[in-house]
Amino acid sequence: MSSASSQSKISRPHQRKGSSSDDKSRWDEVSVSTVVPKMRTTDLHAYFGQVEVLKGISLQIAEKQVTAVIGPSGCGKSTFVRCLNRMHEVIPGARATGQVLLDKQDIYQGDVDAVRVRRRVGMVFQKPNPFPTMSIRDNVLAGLRLNGERPEDPDAVVEKMLQRVALWDEVKDILGRAGTGLSGGQQQRLCIARSLALEPEVLLMDEPCSALDPIATARVEELIHELRKSYTIVIVTHNMQQAARVANFTAFFYLGKLIEHDRTDVIFTRPKEQRTEDYITGRFG
Amino acid sequence: MNRRHTDREYEGELESLRERVLLMGAHVEEVLALAMRAYVDRNVLLARGTIELDSTIDQLELEIDEAAIQILARRQPVASDLRFITTTLKLVTDLERMGDLGVNICERVAELGADRSESPQDPIPRIADVAQGMVHDALDAFVAGDAVKANQVIDRDKAVDAYYAQLYPELLPRMMSNPNVVFESTRLLSIGKSLERLADHATNIAEMVVYMVKGQDVRHSGQASHQ
Repeated sequence: MSSASSQSKISRPHQRKGSSSDDKSRWDEVSVSTVVPKMRTTDLHAYFGQVEVLKGISLQIAEKQVTAVIGPSGCGKSTFVRCLNRMHEVIPGARATGQVLLDKQDIYQGDVDAVRVRRRVGMVFQKPNPFPTMSIRDNVLAGLRLNGERPEDPDAVVEKMLQRVALWDEVKDILGRAGTGLSGGQQQRLCIARSLALEPEVLLMDEPCSALDPIATARVEELIHELRKSYTIVIVTHNMQQAARVANFTAFFYLGKLIEHDRTDVIFTRPKEQRTEDYITGRFG
Repeated sequence: MNRRHTDREYEGELESLRERVLLMGAHVEEVLALAMRAYVDRNVLLARGTIELDSTIDQLELEIDEAAIQILARRQPVASDLRFITTTLKLVTDLERMGDLGVNICERVAELGADRSESPQDPIPRIADVAQGMVHDALDAFVAGDAVKANQVIDRDKAVDAYYAQLYPELLPRMMSNPNVVFESTRLLSIGKSLERLADHATNIAEMVVYMVKGQDVRHSGQASHQ
């Protein structure tokens, strides 16, 4: 985990450390097959009742990298990320088969605690969802408290997490106000801080910017660049330019299948599969 | 690029851009053909008239650049579309330079005037034949998205280089033995150099076509293999 002091202040969205020339990792000549996987799915199938929405996904999620999952509506990308922290199974009638490894542990094995998995693999949703009755401060601590934890120094946790999502300077004087009073972009960063308070290793982001304006989107993307130094990130997005901007690797899903998974620069300049090419250039449907 | 975009307006913008590149290429080929006819016939009038055509090529370069920048700004093209746009932006620079080389040839023809010396064999047409063929085939490869044809163009550049390398040794003894042909021979050397550069630009276009089609950068491949 990175310390709070190492976090950058975000004054202007275009001053992105993640896109500077000293950031070698994004453009390294690494291939999908040589990365260190933090998570790995093997022949993952997911169902809603009788309907099979994932049809045998085998994919490696690179450690401390950003992996974007793209594809048309209904391709299974959201279901896929929900399988990565056992959120899929909470829907009545939903089930999954196959293997999902977190490090070397299969998170679907009988003795694995799903709540523990969700702590290690956190999630941020499309619509910012701070708890409406809670203050900004309590929202940051909410995840910990729901897990029965009482940190020794809660104020230090609040500051550290809000620093980590570059929200501290904006809210440090209004910590007692309702989280819902913040702008959409601030609310989303607050929700990310709430997820980070549980010290996850992997962060799943399901369309985290689709409800945000371009400036707020740029701040969240800048945050993603920062967070990937400490966390493994999987982001589902309909916005292909966003995938191109933030992701090291991109996986293209279509009709429940993984069509192509490669370095983002390869996917967006010379994809190998015709279906990927057709989708990202707008020749689909 | 074999399927059409869902957005027909975008498809139309790309098609229009492609057509303008082809039009520019056709004008370049016309200038080169007229320049060589003016050279062979020693037709100063034709040479001067051909120089006038270059402004059309320059205007098309500006239009194509503008259209490509608009597509980049408004469509954020990726994959094959991105490769097509970036290829187009670079290709028009080569085409514009090729037009200028045609003008250079015409200027030398105008300097030569109608007279010509008696020489055993004129080496210029054989260089022009290969260079013009390369230009034609490079543009054909661009139109058809044909990487095989583009690679064949790249291979032919060596022949032009070899012909050009022979030019000076061929002309030098003539110049030494007859000072009256020095003026003409220096113009022939200049025309030969223009044709050699023309083949280089055709090679550049062919290399870009390989990138556009296959996503593989073959420029400087000789140097890269030695690193």
